[in-house]
Amino acid sequence: MISLIGLTKKFGPLTAVDGITLEVGRGEVLGFLGPNGAGKSTTMKMVTGFLLPTSGKAYVCGFDVEERPLETKKRIGYLPEGAPLYGDMTGEAFLNFIAEIRGFRGKEKAKRVARAVDLVEIADVLMQPIETLSKGYKRRVGLAQAILHDPEVLILDEPTDGLDPNQKHHVRRLISGMAKDKAIVISTHILEEVDAVCTRAAVIAKGKLVFDGTPQALEARSRTHNAVAIRLKLARAEEVRQGLSGVASVARVEAGTELDGLANLLVIPKNGQSIVAEISEFVRARGYPVEELQVSRGRLDDVFRDLTLRG
Amino acid sequence: MTNTLVIFRRELAAYFSTPLAYIFIVIFLALAGTFTFYIGGFFDRGAADLNAFFYYHPWLYLFLIPAVAMRLWAEERKTGTIELLLTLPVSTLQVVLGKFLAAWCFVGIALLLTFPIWITVNYLGNPDNGVIVASYVGSFLMSGAFLAIGACISALTKNQVIAFILAAVVCFLFLMSGLDLVLNFFQGWLPRFLVDAVAGMSFLTHFSAITKGVIDLRDIIFFGSLIGICLYVNVVVVDIEKAA
Repeated sequence: MISLIGLTKKFGPLTAVDGITLEVGRGEVLGFLGPNGAGKSTTMKMVTGFLLPTSGKAYVCGFDVEERPLETKKRIGYLPEGAPLYGDMTGEAFLNFIAEIRGFRGKEKAKRVARAVDLVEIADVLMQPIETLSKGYKRRVGLAQAILHDPEVLILDEPTDGLDPNQKHHVRRLISGMAKDKAIVISTHILEEVDAVCTRAAVIAKGKLVFDGTPQALEARSRTHNAVAIRLKLARAEEVRQGLSGVASVARVEAGTELDGLANLLVIPKNGQSIVAEISEFVRARGYPVEELQVSRGRLDDVFRDLTLRG
Repeated sequence: MTNTLVIFRRELAAYFSTPLAYIFIVIFLALAGTFTFYIGGFFDRGAADLNAFFYYHPWLYLFLIPAVAMRLWAEERKTGTIELLLTLPVSTLQVVLGKFLAAWCFVGIALLLTFPIWITVNYLGNPDNGVIVASYVGSFLMSGAFLAIGACISALTKNQVIAFILAAVVCFLFLMSGLDLVLNFFQGWLPRFLVDAVAGMSFLTHFSAITKGVIDLRDIIFFGSLIGICLYVNVVVVDIEKAA
């Protein structure tokens, strides 16, 4: 439903987005990751037609964004970065305005607005000027505006930025609920979000696409993917560390923090293979005094740093 | 067309949802009255016409219209709502027209609210109401030209103060272009016909022609085409910023 081909944007000498090629299909929720200034927002602005690409093409539902802007804009719901809104309007006036621009009139308009209001739960602040609302409510009004016409393509630039954990949870549930029959792109630099809602992750750094795959595949890139964390009595930590280092599938054992007479060890496997069965058997056979043993799925933060700082 | 109307309605409502509309209207009326009665000497002239009233309109507009126009685009750019607006299924032309027409309508409302002076002059004497209607039409047309210039300049910046000052300066040049102040600058190095062209751009000349009661097609075409050109440039400026 969204198709980017060699999308590039230059601002003077700066290349903000550098040849991004990407497809997003129906039913997919793509998490668009990257550090600040990596080109996430610029890419989204080009998909929504707010900026024109320097070179390359963006297609939405088969229409060229540059050639047929009205056709693509009809099919896109867009929450721009920071959720800009007309602060002097009330939520109701604002949503009515959006509904009219989207071509709804009379009963249909009222129905669409009511549905969007219902979905994002803003009924109790609808009569207040938007500028008097809290950040969370503003974000939700922005979200209501984006989903009002039930678009096929939903583009949300940092939809949970600045929300409290409950609000984040609510927005994520909302996104997951709509995912089935839409193509959704959300940008974020919160990595837990990828785990929570995305079926696919794309990482962008310095305008280039450096990863495109499932969140699981992203985790698998982590140095600590499938590593086993062990907590045991400090007294025998050194002995255990040396013992485990001798296991064939273990790359190395890292010593972690020591606290209350307990030591933490992190056993890192060779080539990210699963070693937990082997390790737990080894530990039991030797009779090591292990208090806790846990498999690490890999830290997204590490992968993120690796991918975006490299080169 | 309907999209233009939807934007027009939102913009017009936006004026009245802030104190801006009321302050503008009050100041416009107060200044129009002051100029007419004190500086223009409405009563001293002893003539049953509104020349003293209309004579000062260009000068009122010179700083009041840029104040209306400055927010049209600059504010949207500043708050980021322009991104919302331009990613809705509307064309740039529809947005430009909707915004301009709302601002023009707003100025028209302020102008209409000067009607007590029309009643006054009719109460005091027997003015030529044809001339007065023509003058109102001329004043409204001129305000549209000022607005179109201001809207176009507002699209160039996200700073409303810059938009105001630039618009006021450009409007001033258009206002004065028939006078030596501006013409002397061009006379030395421009060919005669271009100097005449500059002189022909003068708002004062065209406006004073209309206030004599003669709505000449040329004056209407002048203001109309100036509005058209400015709005076209406005569309181009907004589109260029997409590609920037």
